[in-house]
Amino acid sequence: MNVQNGVRTRPARSAKCPAGGATRPARHAVRAIRTPGGLSLRVDVRSGLVVLLLAVAVCAMSVILIGQGDFAMPPGDVVATLVGNGTVAQEFIVQDLRLPRILVGLLVGAALGVGGAVFQSISRNPLGSPDVIGFGQGATVGALSVIVLFHGGSAAVAGGAVVGGLLTGAGIYLLAWKRGVHGYRLVLIGIGVAAMLTAVNHYLITKASLVDATRAVLWMTGSLDGRDWAQVRPLLAVCAVLIPLALVYGRPLRMLEMGDDAAYALGVRVERTRIVLMAAAVLLVSVATAAAGPITFVALGAPQLARRLTGSPGPNLGPAAAMGALLLLVADWTATSAFGDRQLPAGVVTGVLGGCYLLWLLVTERKAGRI
Amino acid sequence: MQRLTAESVTLGYDQRVIARDLTVEIPDNSFTVIVGPNACGKSTLLRALSRMLKPSEGRVLLDGAAIHSMPAKKVARTLGLLPQSSIAPDGITVADLVARGRYPHQALLRQWSREDERIVEESMASTGIGELADRYVDELSGGQRQRVWIAMALAQQTPLLLLDEPTTFLDIQYQIDVLDLCADLHETQGRTLVAVLHDLNHAARYATHLIAMREGEIHAEGPPAEVVTAELVERVFGLRCQVIDDPETGTPLVVPAARGARHTVPVWPST
Repeated sequence: MNVQNGVRTRPARSAKCPAGGATRPARHAVRAIRTPGGLSLRVDVRSGLVVLLLAVAVCAMSVILIGQGDFAMPPGDVVATLVGNGTVAQEFIVQDLRLPRILVGLLVGAALGVGGAVFQSISRNPLGSPDVIGFGQGATVGALSVIVLFHGGSAAVAGGAVVGGLLTGAGIYLLAWKRGVHGYRLVLIGIGVAAMLTAVNHYLITKASLVDATRAVLWMTGSLDGRDWAQVRPLLAVCAVLIPLALVYGRPLRMLEMGDDAAYALGVRVERTRIVLMAAAVLLVSVATAAAGPITFVALGAPQLARRLTGSPGPNLGPAAAMGALLLLVADWTATSAFGDRQLPAGVVTGVLGGCYLLWLLVTERKAGRI
Repeated sequence: MQRLTAESVTLGYDQRVIARDLTVEIPDNSFTVIVGPNACGKSTLLRALSRMLKPSEGRVLLDGAAIHSMPAKKVARTLGLLPQSSIAPDGITVADLVARGRYPHQALLRQWSREDERIVEESMASTGIGELADRYVDELSGGQRQRVWIAMALAQQTPLLLLDEPTTFLDIQYQIDVLDLCADLHETQGRTLVAVLHDLNHAARYATHLIAMREGEIHAEGPPAEVVTAELVERVFGLRCQVIDDPETGTPLVVPAARGARHTVPVWPST
């Protein structure tokens, strides 16, 4: 593949701008990667760099997390074990005990990041995130129903969460549908549904036996503790299919941000794009919730943080996925090591972060006159 | 047969019918302007012609094929539309927005060819926004912004271009600016333009073909010099007026009758 340097869509024209024009410097270059066969990719250099750096940070964080615990391992040993050069004991600890937990965290974070970015883009609202507009709560209703009403095992609880999330997604879509789904209605209906589902969750807990209630509350906190390969495999399968699908549909999704009419005019199949993406996002969020419980903030915050780093318009799905993975791993690291011997579930840390972020978002959105 | 036609279409939203059994032909290589009072169905007709609204009866034909059964991207390579309200995404630059006009010509693995790049440059140059390429869209004036959207529609490189009230909300100098630009595109690039306009005098001055609508029906169509008469303006808009020659261009100029001489019968849409 032939990377052509200097193929920029925007040569430095700013110097020639008419006098008095308050120009900001050229944002950043867009480069084209072209093959002789006529294939071409449009690459936003800064976004690519952001994804790369986030991926490096995720890898570093993973190595640190795998290395910590009762049997501490230096990073070099962790890497050696991961590539297959460890001792038997190290192999066991890394492959069987710690790696699955990290993978669950990484995949859950990426899934939440993508799900959040899709919904925020479709609703054109930074609050239009799955954990604000009811999907997290819906998945929780599903999981709690299985725990409280059927006393099911962990696989059944996960299944319940997925079913709950999907049903909530379908319900909100139908309620919000009026010649297509539009931003504000989606957010408002979602917030209403979330409130009702939260009430259902509280009701389920009051009805539960002490044992079930304890289990339910633990599940509701969201945690990576005790996750093993049984959680990794379905999560990996779903992410491997749906995240690339969402990335492919990210191109038409970018067009949708200009309004339905503009997207239509450009040949985007508007409602189909929206249904495919919403279904993929709901499924991603539901499966993530099934694997780790309702982790708050990641779906809300990761897309916004990613956007601020890339400075690029559009849903920024790739950067949001990387940011989601990093956020969740950092939250897990904070929860397990920042408070000495007292280990917290990762969901508590993301919850605290999420509260602060939500306040900040409300203040800035209000200042900008958007709410 | 013209490239874009509507064959006895019935148009409406949900249960509400706005136009019934409407047949329209857009003359090739014309600058067609659709005028009429509010809610006469002119924007609805434009939405149907651009396939955003599916007629409940009849069909819209593009190059002889039913537009609603053609692949979306294929339509978008032949027929462009400048919608009334588009949202510029936060923090997008002029060049990035114009580049989005290339979407129907692109694919997952053909995202940014040399041709795309050249056409985007040309579109910006022919709309006079080449100098603004690096600027953020949200810091431009209303007139400049409308030029950017038009440049995006141009980058789509469609022989047919539909514009839904392209001058609304613009100051008068920008309205003329946008219409001059449209006339240029029509004359120098040979594109067929269809625009919905509010201002009858602008329509009379710039259109080569005028369609006057009222309550979902076409009352007159043809060259403005033949269509715009005092009788027609009263019939379609319910406004008594004189029609004189525009001192600048010789096209018809509508001068509303003075208040005393006019018994006002504004034509509100019958609901």
